[in-house]
Amino acid sequence: MHVVYPVVVSALLFSIGVYGVLARRNAILVLMSVELMLNAVNLNLVAFDVWLGDRLHGGQVLTLFVSVIAAAEVGLGLAIVLAVFRTRRTVDVDRLRALAEVPPASGPGSERPAGSAVQPADGEGAP
Amino acid sequence: MTAVTALIILFPFAAAAAGLLATRLGLRDPRPRDARVRDLETGTERAVYRRAAWFAIAPGAVSAALTVWLAVSLAAGTGVSGGRFWSELFPGRAEGTLTPVETGSVPISLTLRADGLSVLAGILVVVVALAVQVYSVGYMRDEPRYPSYSAFVSLFTSAMLLVVYAGDLIVLYVGWEIMGLCSYLLIGHWWEDRANSRAAVKAFLVTRLGDVGFLFGIFTLGMAAGSFRIDDVLRADIPRGVLIAATLLLLAGVAGKSAQVPLQTWLPDAMAGPTPISALIHAATMVAAGIFVVARLYPAFLAAPPTLDVLGVVAAVGMLGAALAALAQDDLKRVLAYSTISQLAYMAAALAAGSDRAAMFHLVSHGAFKALLFLCAGLVIHHVGSNLISHMGGLRTALPVTFWTMTIGFAALAGLPPASGFFSKDAVISAIEHGAGPAQPFVYASALLTVGVTGAYAARAWLRTFFGPARIEPLAEPPPGVAHVFDGREAPPSMLWPAGVLAVPALLLGLAGVAAGAEVEWGAAVVGFAVALLGAGVVYALWRAAPEQDPARLLGPFRVPCERAFHVDAAYAALVARPVLRLARGVVRTDARVVDGAVRGSGRAALGLSGLVRLAQNGNAQLYVTGLLAGLVLIAVAAVVLT
Repeated sequence: MHVVYPVVVSALLFSIGVYGVLARRNAILVLMSVELMLNAVNLNLVAFDVWLGDRLHGGQVLTLFVSVIAAAEVGLGLAIVLAVFRTRRTVDVDRLRALAEVPPASGPGSERPAGSAVQPADGEGAP
Repeated sequence: MTAVTALIILFPFAAAAAGLLATRLGLRDPRPRDARVRDLETGTERAVYRRAAWFAIAPGAVSAALTVWLAVSLAAGTGVSGGRFWSELFPGRAEGTLTPVETGSVPISLTLRADGLSVLAGILVVVVALAVQVYSVGYMRDEPRYPSYSAFVSLFTSAMLLVVYAGDLIVLYVGWEIMGLCSYLLIGHWWEDRANSRAAVKAFLVTRLGDVGFLFGIFTLGMAAGSFRIDDVLRADIPRGVLIAATLLLLAGVAGKSAQVPLQTWLPDAMAGPTPISALIHAATMVAAGIFVVARLYPAFLAAPPTLDVLGVVAAVGMLGAALAALAQDDLKRVLAYSTISQLAYMAAALAAGSDRAAMFHLVSHGAFKALLFLCAGLVIHHVGSNLISHMGGLRTALPVTFWTMTIGFAALAGLPPASGFFSKDAVISAIEHGAGPAQPFVYASALLTVGVTGAYAARAWLRTFFGPARIEPLAEPPPGVAHVFDGREAPPSMLWPAGVLAVPALLLGLAGVAAGAEVEWGAAVVGFAVALLGAGVVYALWRAAPEQDPARLLGPFRVPCERAFHVDAAYAALVARPVLRLARGVVRTDARVVDGAVRGSGRAALGLSGLVRLAQNGNAQLYVTGLLAGLVLIAVAAVVLT
């Protein structure tokens, strides 16, 4: 099998993953898109390992590592999503705006530290 | 001998350092500060006061003794005779350089020089300073800040001696500036009263104005001569134009320090300081420093006749104007202040006429009798509790010692024989009479008129203070910081003795001068004496007619302008002070509107722009990642395209 086929497939997979991360609104789906990207990488690793005929099969070993890390990452990610859901009752990433800076309350000069801008409820801090 | 000269200067300096640093050493008072101030009679504060008095007087006495020794050894010496007048009196001469200071261009040398002129002025300084220190012990008895006061007086003495013994123009300038500083500090001694600190600032600023010219004059001379040493400067062959420019610049400093027209306005206001300060700084020594410097650099001035003409005109205007102003003042100290300006103008006129001998003679005798007059005025003020002549009167019986000493002082001031002023003023007037220059007739006329006016104001102050009905009323409560309490007795002996001691030179210095070789020109003497008697007689007649009224009424419609010193202060306020203030306010406004506006505006602009940028930071992590990816793509594309 020519190496082009797996590479094209992995490129497609990666693109789908990127699209998912950037565009999906559900946090679970965002996590799954991340998995897609990781798996595209895995596919690349395996394909090139075979194509290059690496005697130590470094690509396959690396794939194992990536799979393990992906598993751990999904565990963490799901835990975060659960925690977010418990506090916000939603996992819609468009409505999780805690990172936004609160616009100054009264004119210039009344600055507040960035860390204090915790949103009391979802979506209220969106500009 | 240079070591002795250095010691003479260093003793008062050490006294100042000790007075400022060590008066409270080991005498800590645990009580709170206000309790200490109230408890001046006993305890720690008294010990501090006594120690400060010792610090003030003992080094001054040592310095005086050393000066006398120096004078004796110079009188016995046979050094080079420079051809100037003092070489007859003190033929010896000592000059030593402690250390040269390389500056990269014209070197400065820490040179001290003791010759007849220095010793003449030096004796005056140490004697008056010692008298004033002793006097201050009594006068400032209830003054909580006495230690710093006496330390500043010591510092002043040291600086004045540095000026007197300086052999290098820069060294002289250092002493000159320290004197100005001490004058400022001591005028403002009672700074609780706003008027006093304003007077101090005024004195400082006005003299500083002249000092700028003085410094540049020194630079001009030093650059032209290639050295700041006075000997080198006087020996150097300086082009005439440069010399005229340099001496005119020096003259600005002389006018500032010696309170000559047009910088005379600070001296009457300087009377806000304690009276002993007026005696020491603003009558006998510092204000005479300007005259001394001209005498010191006299060959340079002689080679620049236009400068001497300017000096003569300035002196002629100053002496008559100040004497008329003195005639109309009601404040005893201001009478004496204007009289000081007038007498200093005499010295300046003598210098302009070409006789530094007469100028120095009058400087020394004026130092003695004017210091005496101020000390006596202090006694009178201490007794009466007021500066105003209209509050005095009939004090002859209450204050017999003061009466006699002050009578000697006034006689010397008016130029009545045999007091010192008669001889020195005669020397000055005959010098002016024989002077040359286009302004000579004007100066001579002004000098003769001033002799009459001097007699008049001296007689007026004398009569109004000591004769006539007593007008003393005990004051209700002295203002804070003022040691004026009426107690109906003569002042303590520590104040009477200095006045009594100073009365001796005020009376006999003229005779001593004649014995030392000053000729009396009897023609000029008789004319001066007659004019002075005439002035005094007119005032006496007026006073005799109505002892209750002020003889200043003889000025008629000119009385108010004279009392206000011809509105010079108002004119300066209108011409200089107010425009400067307006300019300053404009600068403040520019600073607030333009400079601050630019800073604040740039801040506001940055905030507005950052508001635009902040729109991107909306909290949506996906947007951030999109931006990240876009950037990455851009970099990748750029890498591909550009390589």
